[in-house]
Amino acid sequence: MSVRGESMLWLLQRASAAVLAVCVLVHLGTIVVAVQGGLSAAEILGRTRGSVVGLLFYATFVIAAAVHAPIGLRATLGEWLGWRGASRDVALGLFALGLAVLGLRAVIGVFG
Amino acid sequence: MRRNDVRARNHPAYWAFVVHRVSGVALALFLPVHFWALGQSLQGAAQFDAFLAWTVLPAVKFAEWGIVVLLAAHLGGGLRVLALEFLPWRDWQKTLAAAAAAVALAMGLAFALAL
Repeated sequence: MSVRGESMLWLLQRASAAVLAVCVLVHLGTIVVAVQGGLSAAEILGRTRGSVVGLLFYATFVIAAAVHAPIGLRATLGEWLGWRGASRDVALGLFALGLAVLGLRAVIGVFG
Repeated sequence: MRRNDVRARNHPAYWAFVVHRVSGVALALFLPVHFWALGQSLQGAAQFDAFLAWTVLPAVKFAEWGIVVLLAAHLGGGLRVLALEFLPWRDWQKTLAAAAAAVALAMGLAFALAL
């Protein structure tokens, strides 16, 4: 990958990290509140379904994670497994796409 | 790894890096499963409840606690990286590593106590 491409990935990783920092803090708070008194589908979905704020927040969260995780794995695969080159980037591109699709599907299921 | 390499790496900043990387890999592996599980809600509340019933097993509960701690650890470690790269105060490295660990443990404890 070109130096420009690598720089773009570095920037995307930091920008997504900044978004995720806020999202994860909110999400951790939500987890702690949500698990009080156990979990049931009716209880969770009753609270979440139809919430536009929840839908937009978690859609943003999913997209930021789908950008962030593959770039992080890219460095790890290169340094720990020696996997570099175009095949790694294609595989991680597919992983990013898979995360985005599965994640947005989950967001629609819970908040839609 | 040579003995000298081990000694050279045995410092808080290196361990902060290891925790950040390992937690990141674990979260990347967990995310597709997490999304798939939440996607079960699309099949209706009954299907989602069937999945939730599985999550009350002690081993699964323990794994959930681990994931929450890893998420908090990755957040703490990530804030440390952003601070190192974008803020001028490098002397605070160890303090930041300690703060990252404290945030992770506090979140894990909060989650564990709520179960």
